[in-house]
Amino acid sequence: MDYFLTEEQQMIVDIARQITDEKIIPQRAELDEKEEFATDILNDIAQADLYGLYIPEEYGGFGGGCFEIVLALEQFGRGCVAIATSFAASALGAYPILLSGSEEMKQKYMPDVASGKKRAAFALTEANAGSDASGIQTTAVLDGDEWVLNGTKQWITNAGEAQIYSVVAITDKSKGARGASMFVVEDTDPGFSCGPKEKKMGIRASATCELIFKDCRIPKDRLIGRQGLGFIIVMKTLDLSRPGIAVLGVGLGQAALDESVTYAKQRVQFGKPIISFQAIQHMLADMAIQLEASRALVYAAAKHIAEHPKDMSKASSMCKVFATDMAMKVTTDAVQVLAGYGYMREYPVEKMMRDAKILQIYEGTNQIQRNVIGQELNKEYT
Amino acid sequence: MNIIVCIKQVPDAKDVRLDPKTNTMAREGVESIMNPFDRHAVEEGVRLKEKHGGTVTVISMGPPQAEAVLREAVSCGADEAVLVSDRAFAGADTWATTYTLGKAIEKLGQFDLILCGKQAIDGDTAQVGPGLAKRLNIPYVSYVRKITGFENGALQLHRLMDDGYDEVEIPLPGLLTVVKEINEPRVPSLKGKMKAKGLSIKSLNAEDIDADVESLGLPGSTTQVVKVFAPEFKGERAMLEGTVDEQVAQLINKLEPYL
Repeated sequence: MDYFLTEEQQMIVDIARQITDEKIIPQRAELDEKEEFATDILNDIAQADLYGLYIPEEYGGFGGGCFEIVLALEQFGRGCVAIATSFAASALGAYPILLSGSEEMKQKYMPDVASGKKRAAFALTEANAGSDASGIQTTAVLDGDEWVLNGTKQWITNAGEAQIYSVVAITDKSKGARGASMFVVEDTDPGFSCGPKEKKMGIRASATCELIFKDCRIPKDRLIGRQGLGFIIVMKTLDLSRPGIAVLGVGLGQAALDESVTYAKQRVQFGKPIISFQAIQHMLADMAIQLEASRALVYAAAKHIAEHPKDMSKASSMCKVFATDMAMKVTTDAVQVLAGYGYMREYPVEKMMRDAKILQIYEGTNQIQRNVIGQELNKEYT
Repeated sequence: MNIIVCIKQVPDAKDVRLDPKTNTMAREGVESIMNPFDRHAVEEGVRLKEKHGGTVTVISMGPPQAEAVLREAVSCGADEAVLVSDRAFAGADTWATTYTLGKAIEKLGQFDLILCGKQAIDGDTAQVGPGLAKRLNIPYVSYVRKITGFENGALQLHRLMDDGYDEVEIPLPGLLTVVKEINEPRVPSLKGKMKAKGLSIKSLNAEDIDADVESLGLPGSTTQVVKVFAPEFKGERAMLEGTVDEQVAQLINKLEPYL
């Protein structure tokens, strides 16, 4: 379907598509198998200027918004969700600075993020704080001109591969959620280290590790915004980033549909290509319907939230739930269409199914998203 | 280092069909791309510019549609683009092509290096690079797979051979034709695409390059394509059946008349 992209938006799609077809797809299986970070491909993305899509021009970016990065992520998601996640995680790490950082902070960090010279990461989750962010135990204490951080973050995307980390820590335990603040930690800061790489079910070419803060001392001006704003910044960041995860579902769903239809046309059973059987046709039709509906919702949400409307959280959560549940269903069906071959690692769809699962989990589980939507509805109808 | 890269628009090899009646290539509805080897030449030019400074000018001889590959090259880092285009150039073989390109390049002024892909995937002659060097009276090295250095006004190179590579040095100005092993071409950048979109492409016709009309296009060509055809398959196939002994007997029977 035609979504009436502008000439510039079409350029973004064309570049991202070329990177996906020429660089990502030929390498994805090997990177997945070896659980290797795709440094070269991410450098290709950087050199194509796509790291700066959502960053204002005054900080060296392209000056686009949520929709522009969504268009690029759709293509990367079609190629490999692990690589797309590594790319997207840099935006997730940069949003807190862009949204709430001081002018000096933006000047200092954003140009390098926009050029892809440095990667960013976002650190919220801990062993006892996932969906319930109030369980955070990492602390930051002001000592003279420095903040001293202690604690451990868990399952942080881009850990060890990023140079700039946006980290949530408690600055006032007595205030609960209002006692959290957000900081920029650099990879070279004393007392900062990363744990070993986690072994994951899917998105294996992405880096996921612990961040360990052991009397990690950072300058006072690394506080993002004001003290106590941590959770507000987190929520605003996630509202902005969720369409990016949603669209990974769209890209992945498209890849699964492409593989399924191509295979169904070639595979002959009972003397006919299996696409001539209604059982298969109906599966493919349902995949295509769900996929296109997801794309339309994600595009609409990404454009809608650009104006920071009141119902931003709801729109952002709705597209995340719908498109990522779709991706799980469509990739599972793709394995079913390819059947025995689909289950083999020689074919790409088993990886797609493994990769799809994380989309329903990270950046807020789909259950939490439904909570957000439900709470917003409750507020809307009073 | 001022570099000129010669590029050609060719039909996408993934999509080549022959007209069964005329046996010529069906160009209608076939997508055009930049000759794949030329993409490597553009990339090497841009890398040399990034390392040593200077400019990269891409030049293409072809119909007005060839502007598309020139813009693609600019989106990948080339600075200027020149289209050499005139009805009088039509039907040129490599002899007339090198004459035309040579004349056009002389018009562009001073250069240090000319890069070409080793051959185009449509004609497959691999003659234009070396022929152009001869026209311009400069040295050339073909099948370059690596540039290892730039010292004393000369480039140090590896030339790909069947059984390894030669280490070669070429003084500049000179011409290289490159193989795909030389690099991995980058994809266009967003800023490059924006620049390419707005760039006005310089166009040169037969008059602009002071060409002798007799030397251009079909009249200026020393070779003519008389006929293009797909060779007919004349072999016959037969399956032998029965036991091994019976099959051997049948085979001997069939072969005997030819012995």
